[in-house]
Amino acid sequence: MIHSLFIINSSGDVFMEKHWKSVIPRSICDYFFDAQRKANNNEDIPPVITTPHHYLISVLRSNLFFIAVCMTEVSLLAPHPSPCLSVSATLPTGQLSNVPWRRSGVKYTNNEAYFDVTEEVDAIIDKSGATVAAEIQGYIDCCIKLTGMPDLTLTFINPRLFDDVSFHPCVRLKRWESERVLSFVPPDGNSRLLSYHIGSQSVVAIPVYIRHNISFRDVGGGRLDITVGPKQTMGRSVEGVVLEVPMPKCVLNCTLTISQGKYTFDPVSKVLRWDLGRIDPTKLPNMRGNVQFTVTQLALSGLKVNRLDIYGEKYKPFKGVKYITKAGRFQVRT
Amino acid sequence: MSTGGSYSNERPPTVDVDYAADPASGSFFSTEFKKCSLDDNKHEDLKQMLDSNKDGLKLEAMKRIIGMVAKGRDASELFPAVVKNVVSANLEVKKLVYVYLVRYAEEQQDLALLSISTFQRALKDPNQLIRACALRVLSSIRVPVIVPIMMLAIKDAMTDMSPYVRKTAAHAIPKLYNLDPEQKEELIQVIEKLLSDKTTLVVGSAVMAFEEVCPERIDLIHKNYRKLCNLLVDVEEWGQVIIINMLTRYARTQFVDPNAGSEDDDRERPFYEDDEEIEDDETLAKRPKPMDPDHRLLLRNAKPLLQSRNAAVVLGVAQLYQHIAPRTEVSLVARALVRLLRSHREIQAVVLTNIASMSTRRKDMFEPYLKSFFVRSSDPTHIKALKLEVLTNLATDTNISVILREFQTYIGSSDKEFVAATIQAIGRCASNIREVTDTCLSGLVSLLSNRDESVVGESVVVIRKLLQSETVGHKDIISHMARLMDNIKIPMARASILWLLGEYCDKVPKIAPDVLRKMAKTFISEDDIVKLQILTLATKLYLTNPKQTRLLCQYVYNLAKYDTNYDIRDRARLTRALVFPSQGHEDNKLAKHAKKIFLATKPPPVQQSSFKDRDQFQLSTLSHLINARATGYQDLPPFPEEAPDPTVRYVELPASFTPENHHKPSHPKKSKPQKMKSFYSDESSPEDESEDDASDSSSDSDSDSDSSDSDSSESSSDEDNESDSEEEEEEEPRFKRKVSGGSSKKRPEKHGVSQSSGSEDTDSSSSSSSSGSESSSDEEAENSEDSDEDVKKKKKSDREQRNSVPQGRGNRSNLDLLLDLDDTPPAMDTPLLTPSLGGLLTPSPSSQPSQPLPPGASIQPASAKFVPTVTQELLNRISGGGLAVACRFTRSPHLYSPRMTSVELSFTNNGSEEIRDISVGSKKLAPGMALHEFAGIAVLSPDTTLNGTIGVDFNDTTQPAMFDLVVGGRTFSINITAPIGELLMPLAMNEGDFNLNQIKLRGMNEQCGVVSLSSGNKDIKSLVNRVYETANLLQVQCSSNDIVKFGGQTASGKALVLVSLSLPQDEQESTISVNCEKMVISSMLLKEIKSALKRD
Repeated sequence: MIHSLFIINSSGDVFMEKHWKSVIPRSICDYFFDAQRKANNNEDIPPVITTPHHYLISVLRSNLFFIAVCMTEVSLLAPHPSPCLSVSATLPTGQLSNVPWRRSGVKYTNNEAYFDVTEEVDAIIDKSGATVAAEIQGYIDCCIKLTGMPDLTLTFINPRLFDDVSFHPCVRLKRWESERVLSFVPPDGNSRLLSYHIGSQSVVAIPVYIRHNISFRDVGGGRLDITVGPKQTMGRSVEGVVLEVPMPKCVLNCTLTISQGKYTFDPVSKVLRWDLGRIDPTKLPNMRGNVQFTVTQLALSGLKVNRLDIYGEKYKPFKGVKYITKAGRFQVRT
Repeated sequence: MSTGGSYSNERPPTVDVDYAADPASGSFFSTEFKKCSLDDNKHEDLKQMLDSNKDGLKLEAMKRIIGMVAKGRDASELFPAVVKNVVSANLEVKKLVYVYLVRYAEEQQDLALLSISTFQRALKDPNQLIRACALRVLSSIRVPVIVPIMMLAIKDAMTDMSPYVRKTAAHAIPKLYNLDPEQKEELIQVIEKLLSDKTTLVVGSAVMAFEEVCPERIDLIHKNYRKLCNLLVDVEEWGQVIIINMLTRYARTQFVDPNAGSEDDDRERPFYEDDEEIEDDETLAKRPKPMDPDHRLLLRNAKPLLQSRNAAVVLGVAQLYQHIAPRTEVSLVARALVRLLRSHREIQAVVLTNIASMSTRRKDMFEPYLKSFFVRSSDPTHIKALKLEVLTNLATDTNISVILREFQTYIGSSDKEFVAATIQAIGRCASNIREVTDTCLSGLVSLLSNRDESVVGESVVVIRKLLQSETVGHKDIISHMARLMDNIKIPMARASILWLLGEYCDKVPKIAPDVLRKMAKTFISEDDIVKLQILTLATKLYLTNPKQTRLLCQYVYNLAKYDTNYDIRDRARLTRALVFPSQGHEDNKLAKHAKKIFLATKPPPVQQSSFKDRDQFQLSTLSHLINARATGYQDLPPFPEEAPDPTVRYVELPASFTPENHHKPSHPKKSKPQKMKSFYSDESSPEDESEDDASDSSSDSDSDSDSSDSDSSESSSDEDNESDSEEEEEEEPRFKRKVSGGSSKKRPEKHGVSQSSGSEDTDSSSSSSSSGSESSSDEEAENSEDSDEDVKKKKKSDREQRNSVPQGRGNRSNLDLLLDLDDTPPAMDTPLLTPSLGGLLTPSPSSQPSQPLPPGASIQPASAKFVPTVTQELLNRISGGGLAVACRFTRSPHLYSPRMTSVELSFTNNGSEEIRDISVGSKKLAPGMALHEFAGIAVLSPDTTLNGTIGVDFNDTTQPAMFDLVVGGRTFSINITAPIGELLMPLAMNEGDFNLNQIKLRGMNEQCGVVSLSSGNKDIKSLVNRVYETANLLQVQCSSNDIVKFGGQTASGKALVLVSLSLPQDEQESTISVNCEKMVISSMLLKEIKSALKRD
């Protein structure tokens, strides 16, 4: 059971506190500040800090720390449905129906259902350009504006692709297990319908390649030579390519010649960022590190939505599917 | 920690004006800053605002005050001014005052008591939200005086109409318990009641209250165990976590170890793979007893939750499997856990800790996902360390090369801590896997020339450990390291080298004394651990080589004698006494054996996972994560040797959940109809099994349509809970779901069914109409238990229910208000199923036939007992240009209208090209008939079959339904004729009603015939099956053994169809009578049945 919650901003001020039981003084956060001081950066702070009488569980989200104070054993990851005085009346709307994710009486003049299939490629590429590990993390986000209580069925051309899937509570698990069909009463508006994971066992084609040649000399800087090129994109162009090169602490500045795009070097975080934009296959951009890119209209795993059927309502909605492939945690080692 | 709490990412715009503005999002942050400067009478203006009679001002003041509270500033002096406003009519103000009260009531108890009467009034408020809110605040005010009031309020709320209020009551229980543990006994009673609640909203919170107050009263769970298992999927996410944890503990106390009998191993399996196969045969022989079906039930119902998007739920299921599942099934969870690694760093940390702990015992489980544990340079340090731990745990002789290559790249990382951990990991791999020890050792030695000192230091330490476990000498390495002594500054590394030199001084007799000489010079400036090792080295050298080192040794002892550190002084004193015994004590026994003491062979250090000892803690707990016992941690009990009595879990007459139940002594009273039941149980047992399979392989159906049938039968059986005496206990979970399903299952009114809207309409002949509403769920709870019982009992319950109607009326005002609330979703006008029902678009059949049935409350629509698999060809592939169309009667009620018969069309493309756009064109139907077309098929690729379901209202005739099928521009004329038996729908009824109606339908409505039975149809069972194949009817339970009766109605006109078959014992002939007011139907049906029975 969480006793209290403190919210701390990036400059280290406790700017919000909430106590569900007796008040715990905010000085309890000092333990956290100690841990923060010890850690190199905020990411490194251990998620659970043990103090003589309390356990501090810290969560970092968008530069805010949420410190939950517990005194007894808790089941982790599960903040108990705390007896919070949530007075907002929007909470119980869904709670009372059997489709808590959808309110009743939705009306739209234009009935639309859009699906975004987004795939993120997580990859580790080693020095020589060989893929060490590659995984695809995919999401199907939907934006559904449909009148009434529609019952949708989404079928895929190649559902066998799904390795590991997790669903929005609206998806009927049984139907998926037996038929590999997504059958659901959609939530209104935007929501993440499903996320899937295509593991490292299957072969993942990486859409870009990077050749690099980096040498550091002790005095007077080093050399950096990076070439980026597209590969295996089935005719689609790779857009929004960004290279992030975390430099060692000793690097003061970078002076580079680039053939395309623009680069910036942040002397505080020591990150060199090269914004390439679209890769033109004929003329290869020439300039280590993390890569970001987007390939539109292509899901790297080859996932394709087959059709969407609507039951229970009589109108014909507009339907649309968009495929995007993005770089997730894409790393090139040097 | 995860933020995935709300269902939709976007809050739906609220419809409710009253509650629309969220006070918490108000502007108090900005306005509040101005307040700081004021001091003594700083709150004067706030007080004035609170005293004013304008709601707007009050609200503004309250917002500021709550802002102060949130900032942690003291606002207690405003208490009197604020508490007055608790009576405010404005809901916004009221809510904020509640928030304030919760924070300060404890400090100002006397004043807080003033507000209590307001809460008491609010507890009776018609609005369920206000009732819930008042209860919540009341229970959050930690004032001991109000304990009795809280108790009363909780007891009231426990029987509230609204599940939301009941849920709040469950939340209030632990709070009351914390305030006054004396109330435990009384609270346990409340918990017991709430645990038996059947709404998904409540059970999660009820279990939480149970866990908080009386986790030791495991007996309260017995009766609810199966219900909890079955509801698990539908409970909200946080409830799921709590229930899973509780059930894990429950299973540990109630079931025997599924792994008992198979060998107990802590050993790392892959090593022993070869021997294992041999062992397997043995273990098969002593295979443990089959698992308790309830044990299996839990595992089966928890499994789908692995696909939850909530990390806590996934982790909960993972620990459930780890702790109570048979060893072979645990690996199921690996994949889901690996998926969680993509999420936030906190979740990653927790999941990795659990994986690390699991992987110490089960390498094979995570080995396929090895690559997912590869470290990225962007990971935080503690995540990197955990990943290293997992990788090291997973290392086997087959994958070690991959892992070592990976480790090699890590050494180049700029994160020093991580590099050190990597070198240690290499050391552990090297000592665990013999094949690579030498490679690793040479690799580590080459690291000794690394530029980075910390790398060198760490390597030295690891090499020392490795050398220690190696029996062969490594003279070169030791001398190489001795040379490093001059450069290495890291104390631990220096100490390691010194220890090595001392231990293996016989291998490097020349170098060691020289090093000691150098060290003696720098002794004073060394670190403490190095000094200790210098002492050790000096002692060992003196013992082996006294001639050369005696003086040096004494010098070192003298230096140590005056050291500032008392450890070093003590050590020096001790060893000196051993080595240089003082005058007069030369014959000291210890001194004689000094050599043995110091140069004894030491056992090599065991390098094992630091996660090994975490086993003692339950996974996913805080104690497991911090590897220490947290306050309030309960040990997971070990499995009992003998399973406690499983019968305690039987809910009143659970019928034949398992076949053995029939001869369980706990059901002595078994009336005759019950015996009939056993007959049925044979019949439905395949279904049972397929249910079982469904969770495992999900293939409970051979084709798509089949599954939809079985599902539709599920949903339909929900409706007739009162009458389905022949339905099995496995029906029960569905029924329960339906309770939560609430009133939404009403059939669409627009389709011309006389469904009266209010749920108070209980006095209509059919009792089921009331059961649709949640409000009557309490009575329903009782009914559901009764539902399996024999007919008489049922009638009684009907009567009871009718009796209970007036009570319902008494509460009616309350109920009306409940329903009037804007927040209550109006009855949805589309059929909806809860997600776990699996779906399907087939709604429940009409809960009430449009034409009121003759008296006899037992008459209820039922689901089909038999689903034909025969298909009828509608369009030949030759005439269809590659497209073949066949149809099949699915006997499931059609979505669009209950008057329609569902016909499943299957389209097969036998051609070589895609067929596009299949849809229904113009319809040529006889008057009175109707057809509801299927959703069009856009593309049908070659060699595939797709299904579409059409609904045809045949208007109780056997005239064909003709329509055009448009396929990519071409039209084909299709002609569907339904056999008479398919125009019927089964009805469940009891024998009394059957007889009553049969008498009414005498004369010209009755058709009789005699048929000589074919040899294959002698026994009742095959006869019944024959009739089922022919017509969509349902058998009526019958007291006499030589008559079989069937009930049904026509799909379109809803006219009763009654069939009775007499079976004289020895004769070859059977008399059939069919009663139906539509004579055509009865005569045709008679003909059909006759021919079916004649057939072999």
